[in-house]
Amino acid sequence: MTAHLDTALWALGRGTGMVALVMFTLTLVLGIVSRSGRAALGVGRFGVAELHRTAALTGTGLITLHIGTLYFDPYAQLKLVDFVFPFLGSYRPFWLGLGTLAVDLLIVITVVSLLRERVGPRVFRAVHCATYALWPVALVHALGNGSDGGALWFRVLAGLCAAAVGIALSWRLSAGYVERGRVRIPRSVPR
Amino acid sequence: MRRLLIDRTRCDGHGSCAELLPELLDLDEWGFPISLTGERDPAVPRSLAAHGERAVRACPLMALRIG
Repeated sequence: MTAHLDTALWALGRGTGMVALVMFTLTLVLGIVSRSGRAALGVGRFGVAELHRTAALTGTGLITLHIGTLYFDPYAQLKLVDFVFPFLGSYRPFWLGLGTLAVDLLIVITVVSLLRERVGPRVFRAVHCATYALWPVALVHALGNGSDGGALWFRVLAGLCAAAVGIALSWRLSAGYVERGRVRIPRSVPR
Repeated sequence: MRRLLIDRTRCDGHGSCAELLPELLDLDEWGFPISLTGERDPAVPRSLAAHGERAVRACPLMALRIG
Protein backbone atom coordinates (compact mmCIF):
# COMPACT_ATOMS: atom_id res chain seq x y z
CA MET A 1 0.00 0.00 0.00
CA THR A 2 2.72 2.44 1.00
CA ALA A 3 4.70 1.43 -2.07
CA HIS A 4 1.69 2.28 -4.24
CA LEU A 5 1.34 5.64 -2.53
CA ASP A 6 5.02 6.38 -3.07
CA THR A 7 4.68 5.54 -6.75
CA ALA A 8 1.61 7.74 -7.04
CA LEU A 9 3.33 10.70 -5.36
CA TRP A 10 6.38 10.29 -7.57
CA ALA A 11 4.30 10.06 -10.76
CA LEU A 12 2.11 13.03 -9.75
CA GLY A 13 5.13 15.09 -8.79
CA ARG A 14 6.75 14.51 -12.18
CA GLY A 15 3.56 14.81 -14.21
CA THR A 16 2.37 18.06 -12.62
CA GLY A 17 5.80 19.60 -13.22
CA MET A 18 5.73 18.69 -16.91
CA VAL A 19 2.17 19.94 -17.51
CA ALA A 20 3.05 23.13 -15.61
CA LEU A 21 5.91 23.67 -18.06
CA VAL A 22 3.47 23.37 -20.96
CA MET A 23 1.02 25.75 -19.21
CA PHE A 24 3.68 28.38 -18.57
CA THR A 25 4.86 28.10 -22.17
CA LEU A 26 1.28 28.74 -23.30
CA THR A 27 1.04 31.63 -20.81
CA LEU A 28 4.22 33.27 -22.09
CA VAL A 29 3.24 32.89 -25.76
CA LEU A 30 -0.27 34.28 -25.10
CA GLY A 31 1.23 37.12 -23.07
CA ILE A 32 3.46 38.09 -25.98
CA VAL A 33 0.53 37.86 -28.41
CA SER A 34 -1.84 39.90 -26.21
CA ARG A 35 0.87 42.49 -25.57
CA SER A 36 0.52 43.42 -29.22
CA GLY A 37 -3.18 44.08 -28.72
CA ARG A 38 -4.18 41.56 -31.34
CA ALA A 39 -7.16 39.28 -31.26
CA ALA A 40 -6.17 35.64 -31.83
CA LEU A 41 -7.71 32.16 -31.85
CA GLY A 42 -11.10 33.76 -32.58
CA VAL A 43 -11.63 34.82 -28.95
CA GLY A 44 -11.00 38.55 -29.18
CA ARG A 45 -8.43 40.62 -27.34
CA PHE A 46 -10.12 40.20 -23.96
CA GLY A 47 -10.33 36.44 -24.62
CA VAL A 48 -6.58 36.17 -25.26
CA ALA A 49 -5.94 38.03 -21.98
CA GLU A 50 -8.32 35.76 -20.06
CA LEU A 51 -6.77 32.61 -21.55
CA HIS A 52 -3.35 33.97 -20.56
CA ARG A 53 -4.57 34.48 -17.00
CA THR A 54 -6.27 31.07 -16.80
CA ALA A 55 -3.20 29.25 -18.16
CA ALA A 56 -0.97 31.09 -15.66
CA LEU A 57 -3.20 30.24 -12.69
CA THR A 58 -3.50 26.61 -13.85
CA GLY A 59 0.29 26.39 -14.07
CA THR A 60 0.58 27.92 -10.58
CA GLY A 61 -1.89 25.37 -9.20
CA LEU A 62 0.07 22.54 -10.83
CA ILE A 63 3.32 23.83 -9.32
CA THR A 64 1.64 23.82 -5.88
CA LEU A 65 0.80 20.14 -6.45
CA HIS A 66 4.29 19.54 -7.89
CA ILE A 67 6.12 20.72 -4.77
CA GLY A 68 3.42 19.37 -2.44
CA THR A 69 3.58 15.80 -3.77
CA LEU A 70 7.37 15.81 -3.97
CA TYR A 71 7.55 17.06 -0.37
CA PHE A 72 5.74 13.91 0.79
CA ASP A 73 7.58 11.70 -1.69
CA PRO A 74 10.35 9.70 0.02
CA TYR A 75 12.64 9.67 -3.05
CA ALA A 76 12.74 13.41 -3.66
CA GLN A 77 13.59 14.17 0.00
CA LEU A 78 12.48 17.77 -0.18
CA LYS A 79 12.75 19.82 2.98
CA LEU A 80 10.55 22.80 3.78
CA VAL A 81 13.55 25.10 3.39
CA ASP A 82 13.88 23.95 -0.26
CA PHE A 83 10.54 25.63 -1.04
CA VAL A 84 12.03 29.09 -0.44
CA PHE A 85 15.84 29.04 -0.23
CA PRO A 86 17.62 27.73 -3.35
CA PHE A 87 20.64 25.40 -3.62
CA LEU A 88 20.30 23.64 -0.24
CA GLY A 89 18.69 20.43 -1.55
CA SER A 90 20.08 16.94 -1.08
CA TYR A 91 19.39 15.66 -4.63
CA ARG A 92 21.06 17.58 -7.49
CA PRO A 93 21.10 20.77 -5.38
CA PHE A 94 21.96 23.11 -8.27
CA TRP A 95 19.11 21.95 -10.51
CA LEU A 96 16.68 21.77 -7.59
CA GLY A 97 17.80 25.28 -6.60
CA LEU A 98 16.75 26.58 -10.00
CA GLY A 99 13.28 25.16 -9.33
CA THR A 100 13.22 26.91 -5.93
CA LEU A 101 14.27 30.16 -7.63
CA ALA A 102 11.45 29.73 -10.13
CA VAL A 103 8.94 29.16 -7.30
CA ASP A 104 10.13 32.34 -5.54
CA LEU A 105 9.65 34.32 -8.74
CA LEU A 106 6.29 32.66 -9.34
CA ILE A 107 5.03 33.63 -5.86
CA VAL A 108 6.04 37.29 -6.32
CA ILE A 109 4.59 37.51 -9.84
CA THR A 110 1.33 35.78 -8.89
CA VAL A 111 0.76 37.87 -5.76
CA VAL A 112 1.52 41.16 -7.55
CA SER A 113 -0.67 40.16 -10.51
CA LEU A 114 -3.63 39.29 -8.28
CA LEU A 115 -3.18 42.61 -6.46
CA ARG A 116 -2.72 44.65 -9.63
CA GLU A 117 -5.56 47.01 -8.69
CA ARG A 118 -3.61 47.87 -5.53
CA VAL A 119 -0.09 48.17 -6.93
CA GLY A 120 -0.98 50.01 -10.14
CA PRO A 121 0.07 49.39 -13.73
CA ARG A 122 3.69 50.49 -13.38
CA VAL A 123 4.66 48.03 -10.62
CA PHE A 124 2.48 45.35 -12.24
CA ARG A 125 4.32 45.67 -15.53
CA ALA A 126 7.81 45.83 -13.99
CA VAL A 127 7.19 42.67 -11.94
CA HIS A 128 5.57 40.97 -14.93
CA CYS A 129 8.85 41.36 -16.86
CA ALA A 130 10.33 38.83 -14.39
CA THR A 131 8.39 36.11 -16.23
CA TYR A 132 11.08 36.32 -18.90
CA ALA A 133 13.50 35.11 -16.20
CA LEU A 134 11.04 32.63 -14.66
CA TRP A 135 10.31 30.62 -17.80
CA PRO A 136 13.92 29.74 -18.85
CA VAL A 137 14.91 28.98 -15.23
CA ALA A 138 11.91 26.62 -14.95
CA LEU A 139 12.77 24.96 -18.29
CA VAL A 140 16.41 24.38 -17.30
CA HIS A 141 15.24 23.03 -13.90
CA ALA A 142 12.96 20.55 -15.68
CA LEU A 143 15.76 19.34 -17.97
CA GLY A 144 18.43 19.16 -15.27
CA ASN A 145 16.48 17.98 -12.23
CA GLY A 146 13.72 15.85 -13.75
CA SER A 147 14.39 12.13 -13.79
CA ASP A 148 12.95 12.17 -17.34
CA GLY A 149 15.21 15.05 -18.35
CA GLY A 150 17.37 12.74 -20.46
CA ALA A 151 14.47 10.90 -22.11
CA LEU A 152 13.99 11.61 -25.80
CA TRP A 153 10.25 12.33 -25.52
CA PHE A 154 10.84 14.88 -22.78
CA ARG A 155 13.63 16.55 -24.74
CA VAL A 156 11.25 16.79 -27.72
CA LEU A 157 8.57 18.35 -25.46
CA ALA A 158 11.08 20.83 -24.02
CA GLY A 159 12.30 21.60 -27.55
CA LEU A 160 8.75 22.31 -28.73
CA CYS A 161 8.17 24.64 -25.74
CA ALA A 162 11.42 26.50 -26.45
CA ALA A 163 10.53 26.75 -30.15
CA ALA A 164 7.09 28.21 -29.37
CA VAL A 165 8.58 30.90 -27.12
CA GLY A 166 11.43 31.51 -29.58
CA ILE A 167 9.03 32.05 -32.49
CA ALA A 168 6.79 34.38 -30.45
CA LEU A 169 9.79 36.38 -29.20
CA SER A 170 11.44 36.71 -32.61
CA TRP A 171 8.12 37.91 -34.02
CA ARG A 172 7.84 40.48 -31.24
CA LEU A 173 11.41 41.68 -31.76
CA SER A 174 11.15 41.66 -35.55
CA ALA A 175 10.97 44.87 -37.57
CA GLY A 176 7.44 44.12 -38.77
CA TYR A 177 6.04 44.03 -35.24
CA VAL A 178 3.70 46.91 -34.48
CA GLU A 179 3.22 47.79 -30.84
CA ARG A 180 0.52 50.17 -29.78
CA GLY A 181 1.90 53.48 -28.64
CA ARG A 182 4.49 54.16 -31.30
CA VAL A 183 2.75 53.21 -34.52
CA ARG A 184 -1.03 53.22 -34.30
CA ILE A 185 -2.90 50.81 -36.46
CA PRO A 186 -6.58 51.27 -37.25
CA ARG A 187 -8.75 48.59 -35.75
CA SER A 188 -12.43 47.82 -35.84
CA VAL A 189 -14.40 45.70 -33.44
CA PRO A 190 -16.21 42.87 -35.20
CA ARG A 191 -19.89 42.91 -34.34
CA MET B 1 -26.92 56.60 -12.86
CA ARG B 2 -23.49 55.03 -12.66
CA ARG B 3 -21.05 56.02 -15.37
CA LEU B 4 -18.13 54.36 -17.13
CA LEU B 5 -15.08 56.55 -16.42
CA ILE B 6 -12.12 56.24 -18.77
CA ASP B 7 -8.68 57.37 -17.59
CA ARG B 8 -7.39 58.64 -20.92
CA THR B 9 -3.82 59.08 -19.72
CA ARG B 10 -3.63 55.41 -18.74
CA CYS B 11 -5.47 54.06 -21.78
CA ASP B 12 -3.16 52.50 -24.36
CA GLY B 13 -5.76 51.45 -26.90
CA HIS B 14 -5.89 47.68 -26.29
CA GLY B 15 -9.59 47.75 -27.15
CA SER B 16 -10.90 45.04 -24.79
CA CYS B 17 -13.52 47.46 -23.39
CA ALA B 18 -15.16 48.04 -26.79
CA GLU B 19 -15.26 44.28 -27.40
CA LEU B 20 -17.09 43.76 -24.10
CA LEU B 21 -19.34 46.86 -24.21
CA PRO B 22 -20.27 47.38 -27.87
CA GLU B 23 -23.52 49.06 -26.71
CA LEU B 24 -21.59 51.93 -25.11
CA LEU B 25 -18.18 52.07 -26.78
CA ASP B 26 -16.65 52.06 -30.22
CA LEU B 27 -12.99 52.46 -31.14
CA ASP B 28 -11.57 55.41 -33.01
CA GLU B 29 -9.20 54.78 -35.88
CA TRP B 30 -6.23 54.58 -33.48
CA GLY B 31 -7.88 51.98 -31.29
CA PHE B 32 -8.96 54.27 -28.42
CA PRO B 33 -12.50 53.97 -27.02
CA ILE B 34 -15.13 56.56 -27.91
CA SER B 35 -18.50 56.88 -26.26
CA LEU B 36 -21.49 55.93 -28.41
CA THR B 37 -24.09 57.58 -26.15
CA GLY B 38 -23.17 61.20 -26.83
CA GLU B 39 -21.98 61.67 -23.25
CA ARG B 40 -18.28 61.97 -22.39
CA ASP B 41 -18.64 59.28 -19.70
CA PRO B 42 -21.37 56.93 -20.89
CA ALA B 43 -24.04 56.03 -18.34
CA VAL B 44 -24.13 52.29 -17.62
CA PRO B 45 -27.73 51.04 -17.54
CA ARG B 46 -28.59 48.37 -14.99
CA SER B 47 -28.93 45.79 -17.76
CA LEU B 48 -25.27 46.30 -18.70
CA ALA B 49 -23.88 46.47 -15.14
CA ALA B 50 -22.31 42.99 -15.23
CA HIS B 51 -20.75 43.58 -18.65
CA GLY B 52 -19.42 46.91 -17.39
CA GLU B 53 -17.77 45.26 -14.39
CA ARG B 54 -16.22 42.70 -16.68
CA ALA B 55 -14.83 45.41 -18.98
CA VAL B 56 -13.32 47.15 -15.92
CA ARG B 57 -11.61 43.90 -14.88
CA ALA B 58 -10.46 43.16 -18.44
CA CYS B 59 -8.67 46.46 -19.00
CA PRO B 60 -4.95 45.61 -19.04
CA LEU B 61 -3.99 49.17 -18.13
CA MET B 62 -6.59 49.50 -15.31
CA ALA B 63 -7.86 52.62 -17.06
CA LEU B 64 -11.58 51.98 -16.52
CA ARG B 65 -13.81 52.28 -13.53
CA ILE B 66 -17.50 52.59 -12.86
CA GLY B 67 -18.65 55.28 -10.50
